Amino acid sequence: MIGNIVAGTFSSGAPPAPPNSYESIATSTVGSGGAASITFTESGSAWSSYKHLQLRLLIKDNTSDSNGTYGLLRFNSDSGTTYDMHQLFGNGSSASASAFNNVNQIYLQRLAIGTNVFSGFVIDILDFASTTKNKTVRMLGGFDNNGAGRIVLGSGLWRNTNAITSIYIAGEGTLQQYTHAALYGIKD
Amino acid sequence: MSSTYEPIATTTLGSDQTSVTFSSLNTTNYTDLVLVAKASITGGGAASLLFRFNGDTASNYSYTRMYGDGSSAASDRATNQTAGGIGIIGNQAVSSAGTFIASIQNYLNSTTNKTVISRGSDTAGGYVSTYVSLWRQTSTISSLELKFGSIGGFESARSGSTFTLYGIKAE
Repeated sequence: MIGNIVAGTFSSGAPPAPPNSYESIATSTVGSGGAASITFTESGSAWSSYKHLQLRLLIKDNTSDSNGTYGLLRFNSDSGTTYDMHQLFGNGSSASASAFNNVNQIYLQRLAIGTNVFSGFVIDILDFASTTKNKTVRMLGGFDNNGAGRIVLGSGLWRNTNAITSIYIAGEGTLQQYTHAALYGIKD
Repeated sequence: MSSTYEPIATTTLGSDQTSVTFSSLNTTNYTDLVLVAKASITGGGAASLLFRFNGDTASNYSYTRMYGDGSSAASDRATNQTAGGIGIIGNQAVSSAGTFIASIQNYLNSTTNKTVISRGSDTAGGYVSTYVSLWRQTSTISSLELKFGSIGGFESARSGSTFTLYGIKAE
């Protein structure tokens, strides 16, 4: 039986409704040898039926930095200083808040360190097709490797009113094999 | 394209329960799992909503968390645990139960250790929390067991608590 539940009394009612307009757009998995980045690009007007986008990442790069280096997110190939980010994060010792202003990308916090350990992120890109608003991103992500780790609640801003038509994901190092990025669309 | 965010199983507890288990997950065909719980516990003060995969009770879990109690924010971690963490859960009437959401990504892959990110919103219980947990096993995930309390002293989820597991399929 799929999804069998073995404790409790089962409800007869329907489960809470998931988003009924949540659809898979594209997926990328890094193969052996790694990759410099992953980019999702809209083909034609394929994203036009969606109101919001969600990125779900399992990501790791080959940094030798013992603290890990940052994951990076850009839109529409814009590498100008048009991004800002605020984050609230915990490092296992204390909770802190910090900001990156007028930077070249949205930072995803430090990526996983340790063998076979990947960072997880869920990133919502809200009202991505608006041509009147700057774009706001929110995220939950982090990693733990049994002795070190980071957990982050983040908010990013791209100071550009263009509709988002491409999404660039990278690390400060080379993305490692098995890094997995999936892009979903959410309709109104 | 068709919707790719689907409920796999759900339960509302008809009595207090020490665990809830979703099984046969390796026969599903999703990419990610999302657990949504609205729950509170019996006994003690605020404790943890915990999880185990595949019935593994060995010390293969760890977590880093960040939380606020209404006065201050803090972060800590636990290593070599016999369960991972999802959120801080309170002992209050189920009518004021907290809400917890956990993402288990790429759960059918057999090459990486498994990372779980989650957040808990439990105002009545006194905490807002976020966790990232690691299960140091590369096995595909076939079952998800939820436990309540602390590893040294489990409690029960209260009658009326609800647990739903969703699947998300990447194409």
